[in-house]
Amino acid sequence: MKAPAIRFYQTGSFAVGNRLLDPEQRSVQADEQRSNSITCGHRACQGCGEALGARYALDAAMRATNGQMIAANATGCLEVFSTPYPESSWRIPWIHSLFANAPSVSTGIAAALRVKGREDVRVVGQGGDGGTVDIGMACLSGMFERNDDVLYICYDNEAYMNTGVQRSGSTPPAARTATTQAVGPEPGNVFGQGKSAPLIAMAHEIPYVATATVAELRDLEAKVQSAMEIRGARYLHVFVPCPLGWGSASKDTIRIARLAKESGIFPVFEARDGEVTDVSKIRRQVPVEDYLRPQKRFAHLFAPEPKTEVIARIQAGAERNIRRFGLV
Amino acid sequence: MPRQLEGSRAVAEAVALCRPEVICAYPISPQTHIVENLSQLVKSGELAPCEFVNVESEFAAMSASIGASATGARAYTATASQGLLYMAEALYNASGLGLPIVMTVANRAIGAPINIWNDHSDSMSQRDSGWIQLYAETNQEALDLHIQAFRLAEELSTPVMVCMDGFILTHAVERVEMPTQEQVDAFLPPFQPRQVLDPDEPITIGAMVGPEAFMEVKYLAHAKQMQALELIPEIATDFKRAFARDSGGLIRSYRTEDAETIVVALGSVLGTIKDTVDELREQGMKIGVVGIASFRPFPLDAVRAALGHAQRVLVLEKALAVGIGGIVSANVRMALTGLQLHGYTAIAGLGGRPITKTSLNALFTDAAADRLEPLTFLDLDWELVNRELKRMAGSRASGPHAENMLRDLGAVAAGPV
Repeated sequence: MKAPAIRFYQTGSFAVGNRLLDPEQRSVQADEQRSNSITCGHRACQGCGEALGARYALDAAMRATNGQMIAANATGCLEVFSTPYPESSWRIPWIHSLFANAPSVSTGIAAALRVKGREDVRVVGQGGDGGTVDIGMACLSGMFERNDDVLYICYDNEAYMNTGVQRSGSTPPAARTATTQAVGPEPGNVFGQGKSAPLIAMAHEIPYVATATVAELRDLEAKVQSAMEIRGARYLHVFVPCPLGWGSASKDTIRIARLAKESGIFPVFEARDGEVTDVSKIRRQVPVEDYLRPQKRFAHLFAPEPKTEVIARIQAGAERNIRRFGLV
Repeated sequence: MPRQLEGSRAVAEAVALCRPEVICAYPISPQTHIVENLSQLVKSGELAPCEFVNVESEFAAMSASIGASATGARAYTATASQGLLYMAEALYNASGLGLPIVMTVANRAIGAPINIWNDHSDSMSQRDSGWIQLYAETNQEALDLHIQAFRLAEELSTPVMVCMDGFILTHAVERVEMPTQEQVDAFLPPFQPRQVLDPDEPITIGAMVGPEAFMEVKYLAHAKQMQALELIPEIATDFKRAFARDSGGLIRSYRTEDAETIVVALGSVLGTIKDTVDELREQGMKIGVVGIASFRPFPLDAVRAALGHAQRVLVLEKALAVGIGGIVSANVRMALTGLQLHGYTAIAGLGGRPITKTSLNALFTDAAADRLEPLTFLDLDWELVNRELKRMAGSRASGPHAENMLRDLGAVAAGPV
C-alpha cells in the first residue's frame, strides 16, 4: 500500500496537516481510537526517536491486524524504558526474552499460533540496531531464511544507547561514540565498516523489506500496513534519532530524521522479493553538513577547524545512496 | 508388546505420544537421531498438529521454544554438549520466565579438546540454570521420563531436562515397552499455561526487575523445585499405576540395606555398577548402589536417608569440576552433613572413556578397604599426563596439549618431537 498522495504540507516543513484532511485520510496516530500500543508513562528520554517509532509502527500494526497482534522485544532501550517492574507501558501482549533472540522468540510465537489455528493473530518482533544488526543477526537471518510469518522491526539509532552509547555495526563513519571517541588523528568511527541490515534482509529474498524514518509518519504507517498484508518474513528498518547518544536537541528528532533522508544519508525505500520496488524521492536535497551539524557526535568535524575531507567522504556516501537507489 | 528400538527412536516416539505442538530442531551428535525421527513423524502426519521448526542454532531452538511456550504451545527440543552451552543464556531465561519446556540432553563431553563421546559435563554445567534435571538409566527409563517430564514441567510451570547418556543410550538398540496413545493421553492432560500471550487479554512477560523483587522471583524457581521433590515421587507412583513400571522418582537404592559401602552415580553407568556390586556381594562385600534420578532438585533428605547408615560413600561421576573435583559428590556431602563417614569421589568416563567392570571392581575394593584418595581419576593414564607435564616444565613453547599427547600415544603421525 502506498501512502496517499497528500499535498497539504504545513508551511516551512514537510509535516502533513491532518486537520485539513478527510477523516479516512488521516494517519493512525491522528485517530482517537488508536490502540496506544505503547502508552504514556514510560521512561524514554525526551525526544526519543525509538519511543516514537515504536508507537507509530505498533499502532499501525494494531490497526492492520484489527488488534490481533503479539510482540516480542529484544533487550535494549525500548525494553528497559517500557517495562520497569512492576509497570508496563504495553497494552498489547508483549514478551521480552533476551538481547539476541527476539527474531527466534517471534518464530516460536508464530509456530504456536499456526499449530493452534490462530493465524489471524500476527507477530511483530522488534529491537534496536545492536539487537538486530549485531548480536541478533544470526537469529534474524534464520527467521528470514525460513520465511517465518513475522514482521521484524529494527529501530536504528546507530549505537548501543542503553549501555551508554557504544559503537554498533550500524554506527556511521566519523560518529563519536563511547568506544569510537573523538580523539586521535582520525576521530570517531572508522570508514569502511558497518552493514546495511535492509540489504542483508533483501539478500534473503523475503517478501517485504522497507526502510522508514520517524519523520514521515504516513510513509511509516503505510509500510507497516503493507507488511501486515503479506505473509512470511518481513523486515522494516526505522531510522530513529537518539538525542542522548547523538548529542542533538530533543526538539530536533524529527528534523534530523528528515535531514537524514533529504541528504541521502538514509535511503528510504521498499523492496519485494529481494528487489527494490519503490523509493521515497528526496524532495529538496540538502548537503550532509546540514544533517551532521546539529549532532554533537559529529562536532569534531566542524571544530576546532572544519574537516572538509571527512565531510566530503560522508557526502560521497550520500551521493552513492542517491545513485544506487535513484533518490532524486 | 515389547519392541527393539534405538534409544533415540524410542524417545522420539514417546515425545510424539506427548503431543508436543512445537518442536525446534538443530542437529548435534549424539542427539540428532531424536529430532530426525520426530521430523519424520511430523512430516508423515503421524504427529499432528505439530510445527517442526528447523532452526539455525541451539540458541534459536531454545528461544523459539520460549516463544512457543509463552503462546501456550507444548514445546520440546533436544540438544547435547556444545549445543547446550550455546543455549545457556536462553536456559536461564526459560526457567526465570517459568516456561514448562521439555528438552532431551543426550549427554556428551564439552571441548576443548573437541570430543563427541559421552560424559555428563554438559548437563552438569547447567545444573544451576533453574531446570529440573532427570537422569535416565536405561532406554526404557529415558522414554518413560519424557512422559513424566511434560506432566512435571506443566504442573509446576518450570522447564525439565531429561538427560540420557549419548551413544550409550541414544544409539543403543534395546527392548522397550512403548505405551499407547490412550495411556499417555490419560496420564498427561492437555497443557494449561499459567501465562499466555493472548491479544484478548494482553499481558507483559519478561519485565525488567530490580533489587526490589528480583530475589523473590528467583526464589520462586527454587520453591518450584522444592515442590518438585514432592511431585516427582507422586508422578512416578502415578506412572507405575498407569504403565506398571518403575521409572523416575528421586533416587533408587540397590542392595543398600546392610551395605557398609555405597556407590552413588547417575545414568547408564548404574547398570555396570550394579553388575559389579553383584559380583562383590557374592564375594561377601557389603556394598550397594544409590542411583540419583533427580539431580535438580537434589533430594537431600532422600539421599541422607539412603546413605546415612553406611560407613563410606563413593560418588562416581562423569564430570569434573576443574579445580576441586566432584560436582555430584559436593551435593552428596551436603546431604550427609554432620554424619561421620568416609567420602570418596571418582571421576570416570570423561569423553567416553569406557567404565569397565574390571576397573570398577578394583575401585570398589579399594574404597571398601579405605585405600582410596579422596579424589580418584579412574583409569587415568598417568604416564601420558606426566610426560606432558615434563614437556611443559622443559620448554615454554611446548605446544598444544592434545596434539602432544596424541603424538605420545602414536595416534597421529609423528611430527617434530
